[in-house]
Amino acid sequence: MDLYNLTLQQAKDKLAAREITSVALTESILNRIDQVEDRVKAYLSLHKDQAMAAAEAADKKLQAGQGGMLCGLPLSIKDVLCTETMPTTCGSKILEGFVPPYDAAVVEKLYDADAVLLGKVSMDEFAMGSTNENCAYSTPENPWKAGYVAGGSSGGSAASVAASECLASLGSDTGGSIRQPASLCGVVGMKPTYGRVSRYGLVAFASSLDQVGPLTKDVADCALMMNTISGHDNRDSTSIQQAVPDYTAALQDGMQGVRVGIPHEYFSEGLDPEVDKVVRSGIAMLEEAGAEIVEVSLPHTEYCVAVYYLIAPAEASSNLARFDGVRYCKRDLDADSLIDMYKQTRSQGFGDEVKRRILIGTYALSAGYYDAYYKKASQVRTLIKDDFAKAFSQCDVLASPVSPTPAWKIGQKSGDQLALYLSDILTISANLAGTPSLSVPCGFSADGLPIGMQLQASHFQEEALLRAAWNVELRAGVKGKCPEL
Amino acid sequence: MEFETVIGLEIHAQMKTKSKIFCGCSTEFGAPPNTHTCPVCLGMPGSLPVLNKQVVENGIKLALATDSAINRENRFARKNYFYPDLPKGYQISQFELPIAEHGQLEIEIDGQKKTIGITRAHMEEDAGKLIHDELEPKSYVDLNRTGTPLLEIVSEPDLRSPEEAVAYLKKLHGIVRYLDICDGNMQEGSFRCDANISLRPKGQEELGTRTELKNMNSFRNVQLALEYEERRQRDVLLDGGEVIQSTLLWNPDTNRTESMRGKEEAHDYRYFPDPDLVPVHIDEDWIERVRGDLPELAGERKQRFMDDMGLPEDVAATLTSSRDLADFFEQVCVDYDNPKKVSNFISTELLREYSPEQINDCPVTATQLAALLQMVEKNTISGKIAKTVFADMLQSGDDPEKIVKDKGLVQMSDEGELVAIVREIIAANPDQAQQFRDGKTKVMGFFVGQLMQKTKGKANPQLANKLFAQELK
Repeated sequence: MDLYNLTLQQAKDKLAAREITSVALTESILNRIDQVEDRVKAYLSLHKDQAMAAAEAADKKLQAGQGGMLCGLPLSIKDVLCTETMPTTCGSKILEGFVPPYDAAVVEKLYDADAVLLGKVSMDEFAMGSTNENCAYSTPENPWKAGYVAGGSSGGSAASVAASECLASLGSDTGGSIRQPASLCGVVGMKPTYGRVSRYGLVAFASSLDQVGPLTKDVADCALMMNTISGHDNRDSTSIQQAVPDYTAALQDGMQGVRVGIPHEYFSEGLDPEVDKVVRSGIAMLEEAGAEIVEVSLPHTEYCVAVYYLIAPAEASSNLARFDGVRYCKRDLDADSLIDMYKQTRSQGFGDEVKRRILIGTYALSAGYYDAYYKKASQVRTLIKDDFAKAFSQCDVLASPVSPTPAWKIGQKSGDQLALYLSDILTISANLAGTPSLSVPCGFSADGLPIGMQLQASHFQEEALLRAAWNVELRAGVKGKCPEL
Repeated sequence: MEFETVIGLEIHAQMKTKSKIFCGCSTEFGAPPNTHTCPVCLGMPGSLPVLNKQVVENGIKLALATDSAINRENRFARKNYFYPDLPKGYQISQFELPIAEHGQLEIEIDGQKKTIGITRAHMEEDAGKLIHDELEPKSYVDLNRTGTPLLEIVSEPDLRSPEEAVAYLKKLHGIVRYLDICDGNMQEGSFRCDANISLRPKGQEELGTRTELKNMNSFRNVQLALEYEERRQRDVLLDGGEVIQSTLLWNPDTNRTESMRGKEEAHDYRYFPDPDLVPVHIDEDWIERVRGDLPELAGERKQRFMDDMGLPEDVAATLTSSRDLADFFEQVCVDYDNPKKVSNFISTELLREYSPEQINDCPVTATQLAALLQMVEKNTISGKIAKTVFADMLQSGDDPEKIVKDKGLVQMSDEGELVAIVREIIAANPDQAQQFRDGKTKVMGFFVGQLMQKTKGKANPQLANKLFAQELK
């Protein structure tokens, strides 16, 4: 077996048993990248020298019987996380060549765990999009089918994991940006509880919704990554002081005593029949594992998209104000006044979707509109949270589709923003409520495209998600299947 | 037509905290540009603010000292606008729920007391500084000041004259100094005042159109700028014109207000709650803890000066009008325990040169002043010479002992030495001596004056009187 095909846990075990070295593992993955990257287009910047140096250092530690939780394991990270030794572009022209003066908290954690960082992977510009077509540099293609989207905004993360161009990746999820590409690429992706993982060093899109999370080859790897990146950080005021359990302990076969809720609003019109079928088969697997299946309702689901597309752009319009060409960013040098410099720098630097959202957000916060839009949206957001609180009094885990359809052709939906915004409907509620949510591969479409199942739980119940996902994975028979590249 | 002036003040008091409001950088003034910065105050992508609790405590202190209501739940909001001194493109401030509301202060003018309302006080971060190159069309940004904590204190439009405005400003200045939450330095900009001023016909309820005045970095400039603007608006209105709502800069070189170019358009700041910061809950315990730590404020201190030291009310009021002056006074009394003499000397000699707010600029230390007064007490020098020595101390900062020694100002108290001079003077002025013997005792003044002239003021005056009386018999 080629080393690049190993899961994170398998590679960890082999390294610990000294069957392989991190240098050999890293070389195998770098070779794999050389072979398939032209087709996958996941990486925005690859840092072979840094990776090999880290692998050598990791091998020394392993030889000495030392090393952190991810010692010697090669990972990719979404280009939205600040890295002191690698450019951080957020998929935007405006940050071309920008190297932050510090590492994000989660990047520090990866270094502390002695992981090997390969490079930065593609994303929709500033994490705005669900196809990765909004990246200023490259659009990854779905490893399962050439010419198809990998999803977004963490498309590079999902594609790099699915194509075995890394063992695991870190992404960010503001409205489904980890779970949707995970579903489309057939990998596991988790958005943790808001406050579970530090946002320090995650370039903000919508601060009240953003959360960093892992994309992995299987559920066990997801638990391992969560063990590494979770925990309170006093540099992030919204990070929560709560002990981090050993997430791998949650991986038990059997779902006895667990109530799985099916929100009927998530199985409504517009859901692809194949997706419906695969997800229902997944629910049957949970039942087979011993879970009790209950019908629940999330009555405000229909308002989620509207609420999200007011709150997220409003926050983004303010968060992205700092990209003004004064201290960093590519400044327009021909401008002849301050205002002109701002206008030119931002007009040239931002792509259409980012501009669109800045405009929507600016409008929603403007005097005279604030109450009708931003404030009203915040109020409805509270109702959506209440929906979840009620649902989780009746069940422990919610099961549903992630994306209404499997992956589609690149370019097929571009230009139809509304259709794209509506495809976020099943994932954004978890961000609005701050609850954890995960996508686990469940089956395939007739075309051979992966279909994931979304699991949701109450705040800080990541263990319930991992347990349910583990039971699906054990029964779905999709684990270990790799795209042919 | 008679007009009534309406003034409201907006004061920005820079908090005296070691570190900035949302990061650990130092707030020290005067460091080389951009050395007190980090990813957070530079607004680097991905950085996040963490609130400095000390700023909240300072806000609570101010609220308690101004009888304000303290909001139990505090939120920070983003005020969005573009400017190169604002690295995030928004300022973190408070909007809907400021820390303090509905406060008040009492001012006194010519014995008349008046209560001035305080609308609100809120916490926010300061912006950086632009430095414009004078030779080239270039501007530089210094972000050392970015993120320095501020309390913005907004008064009600209750002030009716420039004098009232300055009295309010001084009172508030005194409070922040007493609380030790702001160094009060107006020159360095750590205590800044903007003023809104409008005129309306006497008796009219509705407010006139206002102008906003900025760049007044001393009490005197506040007074001058408001007087100027009051006159200017009156002239405009009397001419049948209209006051245009605008922001004006005070130019202390020309003594005029000038319109501010460039930043004139109306802003929509798009305030919204900052999602990076969680609400701050202020509970009763916290407030009581801060209340327990409050220093003695001006009113209590004045009463203590009257009760324990026997000072008259007006003197006690003057001495406590600034914390620095009151501290200075008490420090002098530690070494020279005669509050009446100390307060007399301070009132006449020190306050002639320095205002109560500027007392820390005075080069004479409390210890030096105490030493000077003790020299008078011990008859080493006369009270009159002490004033000359003090003037010298203000110039040189030297110890009084040194000045007295160097200039040979030690009082002559040697009877033998003085008697010889006294006899000389009597011998040289037989007519006046005869007058004295005839009962015209007023001539004594003439004789003592002669002695002082000959001894350059150093003769001990009591001894002089005694010796003349004795020799003229």
